Amino acid sequence: MKTTRVIDLVPHIVLIAGVLIFAYPIYVTLIGSTWDSGTIGRGGLPLWPGGQGAANYAQAWAGEAGDRAMYTPVRTMMLNSLVMALSIALGKIAISILSAYAVAFFRFPLRMAFFWLIFITLMLPVEVRIIPTYKVVADLGLINTYAGLAIPLIASATATLLFRQFFLTIPDELLEAAKIDGAGPVRFLIDVVLPLSRTNIAALFVILFIYGWNQYLWPLLVTSSGDMETIVTGITKMIGTGESANDWHIIMATTVLAMLPPVAVVVLMQRWFVKGLVDSEK
Amino acid sequence: MATVEIRNVRKSYGPVEAIKGIDIAIQDGEFLVLLGPSGCGKSTLLRMVAGLEGITGGEIAIGGRVVNHLDPKDRDIAMVFQNYALYPHMTVFDNMAYGLKIRGIPKAEIRARVDKAAEILELGRFLDRRPSQLSGGQRQRVAMGRAIVREPAAFLFDEPLSNLDAKLRTQMRVEIKRLQDRLGITSLYVTHDQVEAMTLADRILVMNHGVAEQIGTPLEVYQRPASLFVAGFIGSPPMNVLDGRIDDRGEAVLVPGGQRLPLPRPRPTDAGRPVKLGIRPEHMAVAAAGFSIEIELVEALGADTVVYGRLPDGETLLVRMAGIPTVRERDRLTVAPQDGALHLFDAVTGRRIE
Repeated sequence: MKTTRVIDLVPHIVLIAGVLIFAYPIYVTLIGSTWDSGTIGRGGLPLWPGGQGAANYAQAWAGEAGDRAMYTPVRTMMLNSLVMALSIALGKIAISILSAYAVAFFRFPLRMAFFWLIFITLMLPVEVRIIPTYKVVADLGLINTYAGLAIPLIASATATLLFRQFFLTIPDELLEAAKIDGAGPVRFLIDVVLPLSRTNIAALFVILFIYGWNQYLWPLLVTSSGDMETIVTGITKMIGTGESANDWHIIMATTVLAMLPPVAVVVLMQRWFVKGLVDSEK
Repeated sequence: MATVEIRNVRKSYGPVEAIKGIDIAIQDGEFLVLLGPSGCGKSTLLRMVAGLEGITGGEIAIGGRVVNHLDPKDRDIAMVFQNYALYPHMTVFDNMAYGLKIRGIPKAEIRARVDKAAEILELGRFLDRRPSQLSGGQRQRVAMGRAIVREPAAFLFDEPLSNLDAKLRTQMRVEIKRLQDRLGITSLYVTHDQVEAMTLADRILVMNHGVAEQIGTPLEVYQRPASLFVAGFIGSPPMNVLDGRIDDRGEAVLVPGGQRLPLPRPRPTDAGRPVKLGIRPEHMAVAAAGFSIEIELVEALGADTVVYGRLPDGETLLVRMAGIPTVRERDRLTVAPQDGALHLFDAVTGRRIE
């Protein structure tokens, strides 16, 4: 009796400790966003909420000048980040579904060659090919555009591979039944393959949206005007280097706001994801 | 409704010839069963009719129109697959309606056709369900419903009952038969189950290694098997086959062990010819003189009994007797074939000798 209680207790303690370690910085951020910059600047941030929350968030959102500098308004940065993250997530899904569909369902010359070409790109991280990519995007005149932000990040070998593996599990008879029913390749894709891939799409969307939202290096390179600033690069630019003092209250409010869309996507899509799993139609 | 003609159809995969020239004309409304062991090419032939496999040589015509180069959808056929191949994300109604929807048939007519098919197949209660919520037999019926609503020129069945348990299989077999009688649609049905073939077929095409061994009605195939292969494949338990020789006067067959079985009619031209002698177990009966066997095993099936006997020279001889067993293992028994129960096959080619 006693031992089982101890055994029950240990994982809980570990778990709670883990949660505290992970959650504490976020809690500090949340608290920090409700105090004025003086309090934070002195290094004496209390662990309870202050009274400045509404003002800080309004200031960050509207982008009125901080005490020490001018910032791009959070609403602009959020919009830019949202456009970029959605374009990347949806673009990646669309492109990889189409390429996986081609590789999985069609027989054409050099099919496996194409498959391996896609596969090989997995081995080159974005950073390695960033200079040629920048050159191409610059030559196309896409600097400081949404297209320039999103398109270079859209191709995805990982998603293509995942979809290909899933498509290979769709029985041949289903394809043949559809052929006899009169469905061409496009109809089969829309009417059968896509509905069956719903849960995969939902799961990938969550991962890819967060991947897109958190992009740092590429947006930093490809945007130069404040109008095109994304929130992740924006936050880092708010933090001055060296001796300059920072508007920590606004930075923290901005950080909290920056967390909301990914959290919303996870929470909303998780429900969807679980629903898809429970239906278990495949 | 249409005829299906298969003219010298061949199929090769590289150097391997899977179908070596099949010829058959299927009448309007006929139920043809393609029967054979795994790998004999029966499914390939069916898929060639469906348009799912290319045709290497020869012609296939449906309703008088050569369809070699038509897509499956343009061949006016419907197919029922072994694993049902229902769209898992669609309701039963949508599964049946899908083909019609693609063909641009008006909604009201789709509704009417699906309702009618659902009524025939007793699926009315399940129209809003997903395939995953149905039993195997119900899924099979949905797959048939999908074929029926199309009102095709021909039905193609690819081992549709193999995934069902024995009881359901019997039940569905009867249902398919009733359905085909009622709709009168030309049907090609692939199976390796001889009972399905015997009960469903108007004619059976027995295939082996890509060749048509025999084409005939179920009773023809049973009573006059064209080759040793057919003789062994049709009938359960399988036919006994013994080595023999026609005697010098052409009046009887001599089998090792000294048995002399008179032929129904003399065949002097075959005198001295070595033959394979086939006798069905159900055509053997206890007799005063004949094969003397030692019983090794007795299988009581209830309605009848299968006796596995050993001949003096070591060959096994099966005897099927009506009713419950009257003999026991290690008993000795003398059995003889009934009149006219002998099948003679060429010792080399295995073809039937008339």
